Amino acid sequence: MMDLTLKVWRQKNADDRGGFETYKVKDISSEMSFLEMFDVLNEELIREGKDPIAFDHDCREGICGACSMYINGRPHGPWHANTTCQLHMRAYKDGDTIVVEPWRANAFPVIKDLVVDRTAFDRIIQAGGYISVNTGNAVDANAMPVEKDKADAAFAAAACIGCGACVAACKNSSALLFVSAKVSHLALLPQGAPERKTRAMNMVAQMDKEGFGSCTNTGACEAVCPKEISIENIARLNREYIMAGATSDK
Amino acid sequence: MKWSEMFTSSVGKKWVMALTGIFLILFLIVHVSLNACIWANDNGKMFLDGAHFMGSNIVPRILEVGLMFGFLLHIIQGIMLEFQNRSKRKKGYAVAMGNKGSKWYSRSMGLLGTLILIFLIIHLSHFWVPNRSNQGWLLGEEINLYEKMRFTFQEEWVVIVYVLGCISLAWHLLHGFQSAFRTIGVRNKKYLHLLNATGIAFSVIVPLAFALMPLSFYFGWLK
Repeated sequence: MMDLTLKVWRQKNADDRGGFETYKVKDISSEMSFLEMFDVLNEELIREGKDPIAFDHDCREGICGACSMYINGRPHGPWHANTTCQLHMRAYKDGDTIVVEPWRANAFPVIKDLVVDRTAFDRIIQAGGYISVNTGNAVDANAMPVEKDKADAAFAAAACIGCGACVAACKNSSALLFVSAKVSHLALLPQGAPERKTRAMNMVAQMDKEGFGSCTNTGACEAVCPKEISIENIARLNREYIMAGATSDK
Repeated sequence: MKWSEMFTSSVGKKWVMALTGIFLILFLIVHVSLNACIWANDNGKMFLDGAHFMGSNIVPRILEVGLMFGFLLHIIQGIMLEFQNRSKRKKGYAVAMGNKGSKWYSRSMGLLGTLILIFLIIHLSHFWVPNRSNQGWLLGEEINLYEKMRFTFQEEWVVIVYVLGCISLAWHLLHGFQSAFRTIGVRNKKYLHLLNATGIAFSVIVPLAFALMPLSFYFGWLK
């Protein structure tokens, strides 16, 4: 059991200036998850008649990408390849002070407290992160052979859960790791071939429109990615993009 | 997609920075190789022969115009990108991420580039500007650059500024070299190891060789 001091960013809405509030939490079990510790704090705030802290969460299994806390200067906290919901309190010791902030980027405006608007990612996907398929019965799984190496690389890229930690960690607020993972995933597979060129061009154009910054290859995104998406994908996107642009008809 | 759209998108700008960066890396190889002739210990003869070729032949003189264009594009776009990228996070973090995940020099390319720019202005005013203004376009007389180096590097502060300029260049290259190749799409693991090793070697050897030049004159290591 441990007692902790939490400094949490509180902001009523997008227009509010916001600021840090300090909370003391007592008797926290080392077996709790970080979000369960927030649940305990929120129960207490509700009992006191105060507004609970708003934070995003859904599956709590590390696979949905909803949770999004910037904890003591690192997205998703101190553990490598981990989401906030899978961070457990054994990472901390009695008496620790933990500072919790929302993702910071113009393209991810704060909605309330620790919740940010990540619909920019949805619009990037809508711009090209899809494939065209015929409706009807499912195609036989072995009808279209895929090389093992490419299938593995596509799968590794497809593991991106779109949480936005890459943007939160990047000094330029660049979304290129996310976009490159989505482009790579589909560019490596035969099913993604028909829209291969327009996908790279349109997704990059939408990314720029959303107000994300430029990638400068610092590697901070890869270091904090809960799904260990490699910046190798960014190099692939750069190549996809220039080939698409250079060989387009317009 | 039009060419103008292609090279003004965020990924297109990366390509421009990478291609001009690689062009400037190639220039550094030519520059350091030619200047290394001062160590032939022949009172600058070999160096002056090389400098004369570079200064009087039409091909390097035309390439020089391309070099200026490359420098300007890399510098102006670099500065603009630095400011644009900073503006993408209006509200910063209370606890900075620091070195958790990235190297300080990879995050400080704007600062390092500015230090190199300051050094470059001083360097050009020492050698390139006096030589070109004396020589005119092609036909005029070149100044003796070996003697000019000997004279310039008698001043302690000049030598210190040059060494600091070379240190800034080393850190800038340490990120810039491998980053430029990643940007143009080098991603295969077997190349990445080679690329990283070559980048480190280049970033140490070339700036070190440059830094040893003013030191050689200052400490009288040349005959």
